[in-house]
Amino acid sequence: MLSPAVESDFLEVSLGPQHPSTHGVFRMQTVLDGETIVSLKPVMGYLHRNHEQLGEQMTYIASFPFTDRLDYFSAMSNNLGLAIAIEQLAGLDVTERGQYIRILMVELTRLVNHTAVTGFLLNDMGAFGTPLLYAFREREKILDLFEAASGSRMMCNYIRPGGVREDLPDGWLEGAKAIVDHYPQFLDQFETLLTENEIIRQRTQRVGVLPKELAVNASVTGPLLRASGVDYDIRKVDGYAIYPRFKFKVPLGQIGDVYDRYYVRILEMRESLKILQQALKEIPGGPAISPKGAAIGKAPRTFRPPKGEAYGRIEAPKGELGFYLVSDGSNQPYRYHVRAPSFVNLTILEDMCLGHKIADAVVILGSIDIVLGEVDR
Amino acid sequence: MIGKGVLKGMWVTLLEFIGTYPLGRWVLRVLGVQGTSGLVTIQYPDAKQQHPERFRYFPFLVYDDTPDNLRCVACKICEQECPPKCIFIEPARDEQGRPLKVHGRPFPKTFDIDTSICMQCRICVDVCPFDAIEMDKVYEMASAGRDEEMLYNKDQLLKSNEYFKGIRPVEAAGVDARLAAKAKKVASPAAGDTPSPAGTVPARSPAATAPNPPAA
Repeated sequence: MLSPAVESDFLEVSLGPQHPSTHGVFRMQTVLDGETIVSLKPVMGYLHRNHEQLGEQMTYIASFPFTDRLDYFSAMSNNLGLAIAIEQLAGLDVTERGQYIRILMVELTRLVNHTAVTGFLLNDMGAFGTPLLYAFREREKILDLFEAASGSRMMCNYIRPGGVREDLPDGWLEGAKAIVDHYPQFLDQFETLLTENEIIRQRTQRVGVLPKELAVNASVTGPLLRASGVDYDIRKVDGYAIYPRFKFKVPLGQIGDVYDRYYVRILEMRESLKILQQALKEIPGGPAISPKGAAIGKAPRTFRPPKGEAYGRIEAPKGELGFYLVSDGSNQPYRYHVRAPSFVNLTILEDMCLGHKIADAVVILGSIDIVLGEVDR
Repeated sequence: MIGKGVLKGMWVTLLEFIGTYPLGRWVLRVLGVQGTSGLVTIQYPDAKQQHPERFRYFPFLVYDDTPDNLRCVACKICEQECPPKCIFIEPARDEQGRPLKVHGRPFPKTFDIDTSICMQCRICVDVCPFDAIEMDKVYEMASAGRDEEMLYNKDQLLKSNEYFKGIRPVEAAGVDARLAAKAKKVASPAAGDTPSPAGTVPARSPAATAPNPPAA
């Protein structure tokens, strides 16, 4: 029999929702030409929990434990975002010590998130275990700090409008200082392991390039945007909380490939350490929460912010995390919306993957840094 | 492909490997090479982790001295404020619907918390005006069934103030001071209360749904 002319069909592959590389329940509907990606459609919604509707049916304070579960790697940042939105809505002040404790917690969260995501990225690349375990070892120490202050490692539920729920326990600042002092040493070790590694460079350099214009047009935020070379950090742009008091730089990437994203995160951790060192040095005494904030925490049902709307946004480890609240004068928000960075950043996945091999799609997804709890809400 | 970067990375993992063993750590110290401080895995069922004081897992009800003298007055504030709505309270009432009282206070007939719903957020503790509910540290609460076994009733939830002091000395001291100040404030006008003799309300037995109403 004569062999017919080679006629190749496109192959449709459904990656996920139970694929280990998808960081949770997420599906990539890919069309392949050989091994090259022709089309890739993200399918999400498997972890939908009705977060926004739930928030509209309970008091403002009762939403805090649910925000922990949005991006479960950085619960403290999520708490801060909602707290800032509520403070804007009701015009509440935050105590000085409360502000500093918030900064400490949020920057420690950034360390946790960036360390863990770098470990996961390497896991996706096939460096199974070693970098991830080194990363998780350091993360564990910071989670112990969170546990000592808030009572829970990951579901902290700690930051409240007006400050933080409880003051720091005795000896916490010393523990934090020890970790912050040790962290550069760990980062050096981590970089020795990864940064110059030729295999990693071949897998990541010029893979998943996100051009500047596309990144801005797709409203991508966070390290993903900064790796493409756009100088946009809400800590600098907005100067929320007390960030203008601290000296730190915003590291930028050059071409916006996976390697730049990895390296921007490493540099961001070093900047976070600078902020932490300054905050640990300057932290004042006094109450951790304002009397008004304490009263709200004690009786959430009596808290009725005036009619109006507020949008509180912070630079969460993954990008711009915004909470939009509309109050109708009752003790429950009329509208409660979350602008989740993971969700918005994920929309750009197809553009970064087109033309690359299917194996690169996994690495590119890992470099976006998504948490499905936040994507699906 | 394999170049200096990979070799440097291998060197890091080698140091890490050597530093896993006591002898290796000694060698590293003698050679003056900076190793890393590892974390030791805790062999869980045999050894347990030491948790900080604020570690929270599941709520419990505090009683003073005897189990019938519980601080909860069945005001249902925690039931309302609980974000996932896992608390179910029924105040004790007589036939006319008036609240029954023990030690001059109303009390809950039933107080159930569903472990399968509770998300350990501690909001019930924050909102309780009587410091009647606190967070426990016991986390081994697995059960074979998912219905009655996971619904903790009042008898299972009751724990003494001494227990609370044992697990959270700093927080309990603050709570005790606050309650003492409150008691001092109301001490003079509340002299007419006749507390029921201890033990008339067998709160620990499961059949304690209709305790003797004290003359109040």
